[in-house]
Amino acid sequence: MGILERFRESKFSKMIKKVFGKSHAKIGIYGPPNVGKTTLANRILRDWTGDIMGSVSEVPHETRRAKWKNNIRINNGGSSLTMDLVDTPGIATKIDFKEFMNMYGMDKDASRMRAKEATEGVIEAIRWLDDIDGVVLVMDATQDPFTQVNVTIIGNLEARNLPILIAANKIDAENASPATLKSAFPQHPVIPISALTGYNTENLYTMMVKEFGKKRHKKRR
Amino acid sequence: MAKKDGGIAFNLISHQKLEHLSSSDKLKYILNEVKEGRILVLEHGLTPTEQAKLIEHTMKEINHDTFIGIEIGGYENEKVGFFQRVFGVAKKPRMTVIGPAHLLKMVHKDNDMIETTIIPGKGAS
Ligand SMILES: Nc1nc2c(ncn2[C@@H]2O[C@H](COP(=O)(O)OP(=O)(O)OP(=O)(O)O)[C@@H](O)[C@H]2O)c(=O)[nH]1
Ligand SMILES: [Mg+2]
Repeated sequence: MGILERFRESKFSKMIKKVFGKSHAKIGIYGPPNVGKTTLANRILRDWTGDIMGSVSEVPHETRRAKWKNNIRINNGGSSLTMDLVDTPGIATKIDFKEFMNMYGMDKDASRMRAKEATEGVIEAIRWLDDIDGVVLVMDATQDPFTQVNVTIIGNLEARNLPILIAANKIDAENASPATLKSAFPQHPVIPISALTGYNTENLYTMMVKEFGKKRHKKRR
Repeated sequence: MAKKDGGIAFNLISHQKLEHLSSSDKLKYILNEVKEGRILVLEHGLTPTEQAKLIEHTMKEINHDTFIGIEIGGYENEKVGFFQRVFGVAKKPRMTVIGPAHLLKMVHKDNDMIETTIIPGKGAS
């Protein structure tokens, strides 16, 4: 290893980065399929860069490859956060192509193709977990929160001592129950939002700056 | 999918059965059983890393005509202490139920109870 590389790897270099705030956080938007991850990613980008992340659909597994945008700066009063934002494919433990046919009227070939790509997307989302510094875990506030997917994502981040914000999404929907999410995950901040209408997203941004701006000791798996 | 003459196999796996296996052997064992159409209740569940790996392996095994994936649910253990967390000690999960998604369906789960149903007509003869 040359001197330069050794320097880059050194504690001293990391300290310099910290002091000058050059290192920034890589933040993943995670969650089960169809909870509104891409809708939220698009809203964050629209609010802070004018960009968009990807397509949104009522059909689950719309996002089947991770997408990201770098150097997004979020301001909150005096402080700010610069992050690379990753929109991940929804994580599931099962994928049934017949659901795309029966519930969404897709034809057989398209359904099979979507299911196949969805399995690859899940793997990609899980692999990205090794690479991120914090997660916005999006949950659908109209649904049961104790899913294995939520538990597994939270467990992996807790084991590495990385920050998690839970976005209780779709609270504009009539049957939304953000209180259920709050009592289900008392150890992490739960922020009720509507990614669709933008309701309460300022509050999410405030929490993102606060939680993801902190320096933590990251553990590798 | 295994053809069953006598209904759906529902196996309770003691922690002794799995504790001497490496993580990867443990996952292999579980996924094989589930692909054979068995429902397992593990006395000790999987660590978060193992859970993520199990989902990854499951995705690779999905074959749209015979295996659509798994259903899984378990309890988390009591909170680990601050120092254990700092040093990356994962929570040790407790009892966990795992089965093939075409047979086992999670109905509801909260901190005290996991409710599942076995989907009739798909193996229970
Ligand atoms: N009512 C309501 N619907 C929402 C909200 N956010 C997203 N949706 C809808 O939920 C559906 C899924 O949204 P997506 O953003 O594609 O969800 P996703 O989590 O990215 O889904 P995958 O990419 O399939 O994992 C779409 O029909 C959205 O319009 C919200 O805040 N309120
Ligand atoms: Mg998406």
